[in-house]
Amino acid sequence: MSLLSADSATVLEQAAIWLAEGRPVALASVIATWGSSPRPVGSLMAIAADGAMAGSVSGGCIEGAVVYEAQAVLADGEPRLLRFGISNDRAWEVGLACGGQVEIYVEPVR
Amino acid sequence: MKRRLFEAVRRAQADKRPVALVTDLGTGLQTLVHADAQEGDVALEEEFLPQVREAMRLDRSGIVEFYDGRFFITVLNPPLRLILVGAVHIAQSLAPMAVLAGYDVTVVDPRRAFASDARFPDIALNHDWPDEALAALKPDARTAVVALTHDPKLDDPALVAALAGPSFYVGALGSRRTHAQRRERLAAAGIDDSAFARIHGPVGLDLGAVTPAEIALSILAQMVQVLRGGPKVGT
Repeated sequence: MSLLSADSATVLEQAAIWLAEGRPVALASVIATWGSSPRPVGSLMAIAADGAMAGSVSGGCIEGAVVYEAQAVLADGEPRLLRFGISNDRAWEVGLACGGQVEIYVEPVR
Repeated sequence: MKRRLFEAVRRAQADKRPVALVTDLGTGLQTLVHADAQEGDVALEEEFLPQVREAMRLDRSGIVEFYDGRFFITVLNPPLRLILVGAVHIAQSLAPMAVLAGYDVTVVDPRRAFASDARFPDIALNHDWPDEALAALKPDARTAVVALTHDPKLDDPALVAALAGPSFYVGALGSRRTHAQRRERLAAAGIDDSAFARIHGPVGLDLGAVTPAEIALSILAQMVQVLRGGPKVGT
């Protein structure tokens, strides 16, 4: 888990660079997982308004959808709670191939 | 996250200080918890703080319920560190094992024939005397310090320096007899019994280890046990 912390520092460093460049940034955190999921609770991802991303919240299965939601978060300034997995209809579009479920909190840095 | 809290997290990471970000998932209000303080949108109740500190200690982010609220605790700990004093044979096994376990490892030994890149590929080396090296490395609560030289000239100053700080683990190689002699020497250096009791010696879990690699494994296992609060901590 210490590796996880080191990983978070790298993600936040990239977020700070984007902010310094004047690019709005949202942060996505894995807050809960069920079944098998590739990234543990506490994993962080930073998303710039233009869609650039750093870090990950899955094995690449749902990052695209999270970027899309993050852009909505940056547009209206409201945090969102997202849930991906087999019980979610959207799983067929952007779900986790491993069959796990994951809950993600997306918030703007402002 | 408010920009001000974001910057506070970044400062904590730069200073290698542990913090936890607590988010009220209902309201979005956030509080940053430091070792001995908190700041942010709302002050957390005293009753809630022990849960946050436990999450920090266990290095475990997660959702907790408090009364009718649902909170997410993001633990943002600096990487664990291991300072090995003595670039000896056991250190050659322990350094790469600890790297695999997620530690930033520094090997301290003024004897350049021991502390060489050839013997310790990809490991940070420090050739200062141990007391100077530790003063510069500033071991914190997520740092383990292990003295392996067998030489009181090197081990003792390292141990005295380590005991002055909050390292979660301090260990010293040597038999029970060696350790008893060490107690006398360190007492003369002003280390009282309660401070001395923090030293794990003979170092490592009693696995019956024989080879340098097995001894290294026993030391790393004991570090994990102490860090994660396993049974028989402080033996």
